[in-house]
Amino acid sequence: MSDHTLLSVQGVHKWLGHNHVLRGVDLTVDRGQVLCILGPSGSGKTTLLRCMNHLETIDAGTIELDGALIGYEKRGTRLIELAPTDVARQRQRIGMVFQQFNLFPHLTALENVMVGPTRVRRMATAEAREAAAELLSRVGLADRVDARPRQLSGGQQQRVAIARALAMDPELILFDEPTSALDPELVGDVLTTMKKLAEDGMTMVVVTHEVKFAEEVADVAVIMDRGVIVESGPAGAVLGAPRHPRTAKFLGHLQLDDATGGHDA
Amino acid sequence: MQAQPHNPEATIPHVVRAESVEEPGEPPRIRAYQRRAWLSRVLSTLVAVVAAASTVWILTNPNLRWSVVWDYLFSPTILAGLVATLELSIISMIIGIVLGVLFALAGRSRYLALRSIAGFYVWLFRGVPLLVQLLFWYNVGILIPGINFYLPFTDQSHYVSANAVISGFTAAILGLGLNEGAYMTEIVRAGIISVPRGQLDAALSIGFTPARAMRTMILPQTVRVIIPPTGNEFIGMVKSSALVAVIGGGDLLYKAQIIYGQNFEVIPLLLVVSIWYLVITSLATLGQGFIERRLAGDEARRTIRWSIARGIR
Repeated sequence: MSDHTLLSVQGVHKWLGHNHVLRGVDLTVDRGQVLCILGPSGSGKTTLLRCMNHLETIDAGTIELDGALIGYEKRGTRLIELAPTDVARQRQRIGMVFQQFNLFPHLTALENVMVGPTRVRRMATAEAREAAAELLSRVGLADRVDARPRQLSGGQQQRVAIARALAMDPELILFDEPTSALDPELVGDVLTTMKKLAEDGMTMVVVTHEVKFAEEVADVAVIMDRGVIVESGPAGAVLGAPRHPRTAKFLGHLQLDDATGGHDA
Repeated sequence: MQAQPHNPEATIPHVVRAESVEEPGEPPRIRAYQRRAWLSRVLSTLVAVVAAASTVWILTNPNLRWSVVWDYLFSPTILAGLVATLELSIISMIIGIVLGVLFALAGRSRYLALRSIAGFYVWLFRGVPLLVQLLFWYNVGILIPGINFYLPFTDQSHYVSANAVISGFTAAILGLGLNEGAYMTEIVRAGIISVPRGQLDAALSIGFTPARAMRTMILPQTVRVIIPPTGNEFIGMVKSSALVAVIGGGDLLYKAQIIYGQNFEVIPLLLVVSIWYLVITSLATLGQGFIERRLAGDEARRTIRWSIARGIR
């Protein structure tokens, strides 16, 4: 593990009932890197991502952020789950953006962004309001601060969700298929916002089906299938000239989809 | 949802304006009528006649003895019963709501023991008839005659006998409250289920603990779902509190029974009781409608905004 490694996943296994969804996953993400996880549905990508901020428990292996175990502490040879308050403190350092946005429907865009800083960080309201307004203008929504989620398009909601994650000033942001629930014409705005984040040096792990986005923005691409990583490496190499037959097959399917009704990243 | 702009021409088809009919290219305006409009009128007339006849019959029937009804409607005994019924209903409802929230949360605990207790509670108190439960609480003194309280590090002890604590009224509150709690548990549970799972994920992901996420982000969102059935429960509670008469709970029906046990004016006193129940349930229905309009839409929002504004945890 090098000095600039931020996230390190080692030998992670997870069972859901009798289903062995993660079967020994290893990966590392350096500070400032963008890592894209691609793979067919049911390959365990989303589960892996949710393990990274302990929204899901793991059954074996370790996940470390900056050298500290996420969700567990080591006692002898065993990993014991941390208390909820400790897990919550760790999650403050890890932002997350969801496929279904998951904005709080009873709060305005501004309040959605403020709620973390004011209620978790106990930041003063005026200060939080100012910071939230600035974040919303950074994602291009300066004119929609007082809108409720249901008054916003999917793309706008997802950008509010990105601002909400940024408001906690995280070291890492996890994106769970952030554009999969969007109408094709709205995907571009969200991907542009994410690309800007990447350029600003944010460390990001992105589960996505957007091959073009991955090629363009990701430093590292990882292909998962049936709970294991089948191929990983520099995004250009993995996605441009896949070595593993399953990767080639999977990418072939995606490009077929792109040709029939895709959209620009 | 946004209000439709009021357009009289669109909503009232039979307002025909000559110039719009003349408009070229526009289809002629055709008046539309309700199907079997005549039948509707006939039925309305029939119902009105029957209602009027019944009212006259009720008001003039000497066996109903309206003068007796009037004598007792505001008698101190009946009013005391009315107050007792209101107290029973309100206190038991509050107990029921508190228990409902607690057991609904326990039912979602990650500890199997708590989930089991919640399941057992609902199963037991929803499964045994309320009347039977009330009789049990009233006779709890047979089961547990009393409890000795020992003062620690001394020889002194204080004996509390169950019969001293469990009066008809306290037995009634225990019975009604615990029974109501079982139903409220299910209502609160339904409210929590109605909030998408992603809301909890989102709250956890920005650093809320599970308990605070539930309390400050999820439960406020359940209010709009929980209020209508809770109003129904309260109206049901007012009426089921009459069962308390069996264990001498001092409620409205019990007081009426005492009076007609002495003067045998059974029907007039039951009328008095019915009138008061209708008054309470009507007021409760109005109140429920008011709360729903007032709170259901924005309560969750107001709660959270209030606390954001003050930076309260």
